[in-house]
Amino acid sequence: MQKNNGFMSWVDQRLPVSSFIKNHLTHYYAPKNFNFLYFFGALAIVLFVLQILTGIFLTMHYKPDALHAFASVEYIMRDVSFGWVIRYMHSTGASLFFVVIYMHMFRALIYGSYKQPRELLWIFGVLIFLLLMAEAFFGYLLPWGQMSYWGAQVIVNLFATVPFIGPDLAEWVRGDYLVSDATLNRFFAFHVIALPLALAGLIFLHLAALHSVGSNNPDGIEIKENKDKKTGIPLDGIPFHPYYTVKDLIGLTVFLIVFASIIFFMPEVGGYFLEHNNFVPADPLVTPAHIAPVWYFTPFYSILRAVPPILNSQFPGVAAMGAAVLILFLVPWLDKSNVKSIRYKGSLYKKWIIAFVISFLLLGYLGTVPSNVWGQMPNFIPLLGGLDWATFVARIFTVIYFAFFILMPWYSKKDKTKPVPKRVTYK
Amino acid sequence: MKKFIAILIALMMGLHNSISFSADGSYHLDNAKINLDDEQSLQRGARNFINYCLNCHSANYMRYNRLADIGLSDDVIKENLLFTAEKTGELMDINMDSTEAKKWFGANPPNLTVTARSRGKDWIYSYLRTFYVDESRELGWNNLVYPNAAMPHVLWELQGVQNLEDSKLKLTKPGLLSAEEYDQFVLDTTNYMVFMSEPAKLVRHKIGYYVIGFLLILLILVINLKKEFWKDIK
Repeated sequence: MQKNNGFMSWVDQRLPVSSFIKNHLTHYYAPKNFNFLYFFGALAIVLFVLQILTGIFLTMHYKPDALHAFASVEYIMRDVSFGWVIRYMHSTGASLFFVVIYMHMFRALIYGSYKQPRELLWIFGVLIFLLLMAEAFFGYLLPWGQMSYWGAQVIVNLFATVPFIGPDLAEWVRGDYLVSDATLNRFFAFHVIALPLALAGLIFLHLAALHSVGSNNPDGIEIKENKDKKTGIPLDGIPFHPYYTVKDLIGLTVFLIVFASIIFFMPEVGGYFLEHNNFVPADPLVTPAHIAPVWYFTPFYSILRAVPPILNSQFPGVAAMGAAVLILFLVPWLDKSNVKSIRYKGSLYKKWIIAFVISFLLLGYLGTVPSNVWGQMPNFIPLLGGLDWATFVARIFTVIYFAFFILMPWYSKKDKTKPVPKRVTYK
Repeated sequence: MKKFIAILIALMMGLHNSISFSADGSYHLDNAKINLDDEQSLQRGARNFINYCLNCHSANYMRYNRLADIGLSDDVIKENLLFTAEKTGELMDINMDSTEAKKWFGANPPNLTVTARSRGKDWIYSYLRTFYVDESRELGWNNLVYPNAAMPHVLWELQGVQNLEDSKLKLTKPGLLSAEEYDQFVLDTTNYMVFMSEPAKLVRHKIGYYVIGFLLILLILVINLKKEFWKDIK
């Protein structure tokens, strides 16, 4: 940035624009060995902006009113110029946001990006994930289709399982005795104002924490520990701009190709991004035969269904579902390994992460289908006879899901790690 | 990276095929071979829909003048299709009172604007072809795809009367149309209902090819841009 530019120096004396660009882009050093998994952070920001922008245009035509909501969405799909593109961008964007976030979290998990000194960075990330789930849940009610309605009914009823205060709590959340216009209005308020604001704040903190500790990398080596003695620049670091801005453009373009393919050729993605039943207006008197949440919630929904009720209370299932997300906060302290990256971890850790990924995907699949999908276990099996096979499998994988975290202090310590080189591997 | 894209595409294809509409009974849905590029079929379907369906069923998310997308001009609509509205800019609404309708039929005839998206084309195509006489039902009709449907067979004059014998449908009284003509009639109607459920579908694919074409060219440029910048990183 040139200092002798008249206009810029005038601005810089009043607002440190040039030094900001220098500190965070042109002289912000990122490890040179990022692989494709490092695209997903930038893509998440792009999606956040895209959801806000398309959301603004949708809000101009959408009516948060139980009598008009469904029709107003169809109005957007038909009568608003290119309204269908905006709406599909928003609905596809919501699903892809979770694809991107799950990849981003997976990346952090396998390269140990949560380990010291990045614990706060990870915690902000998990908070963003939590709020994003809430944001998606509130947004899903707005089209006011059957799945919007009954999905919200099921989730709000989870609050009713809390001992003692449950029913009152659920009513307080709904603002009515059942999901109704009052619920739609408050969900709209949360979806368009409260949560996006909170998300923007947390994303800022996430980035601020990232830029103060610097990025981890696939080798899990701190590049700041190897600096050029004269310049003080990390030997394995390269300026974020232009190197990563141009590299991220490739990731962005590939992402946009996938994004556009869905929007223009398969916006419903076979009923996973836009459920078939959601094209039926919400009807409080007709319960759909099979209520399934959108795919990105299904791993957690499976855990909810897998836990058997105790003393006639469904609360243990709800608690397990909550714990499945909240346990992520503890990961920085559960991992006792002396290396960060999976590249230098031993086979024990690798087996566990594979088991975890399989259980996450399988639980996700099971959450999309009715629990009797594989039939029942034969009656001659003691204790388990008559139990749905799918429920049985979901229970096993729920145990594996939690074991991955709970046993982490043990297996990460016992794991035979490899020596970590001084410098990152590149090419 | 390439591997990842391949996996992603494979995954999406898998998802695309893995959910299909299931019939509410054991009836296996017939494949409706519709063609959204067949403008004449869409126009015939619009005529069928407006004449036979749009008396009890509303389609009031759709405007009459949207039929311009399938080649029907304002004048043609005004002269031939405008029974329930004054102007072509109005919604395809009906005059039947919904509380009365519920008394008459036992269920309110649903809005059909987006039914093709909730039920699917094959369901509509099969449903309209599998009505049969059933004296035990209040209105004398039953259906294979949607057993105990409240709707009577409004197209019986065209199709004729079918009876269920050994769980197979048999035409016992011929209608005004032959079996092939009736199938085509239903196919046209289904085609129209698919169009009506998402008018943008007619242009969506065409725009999509341009967008993806543009992005592919952009991809070549950004790959080379990256290579140019990164060539001195060792």
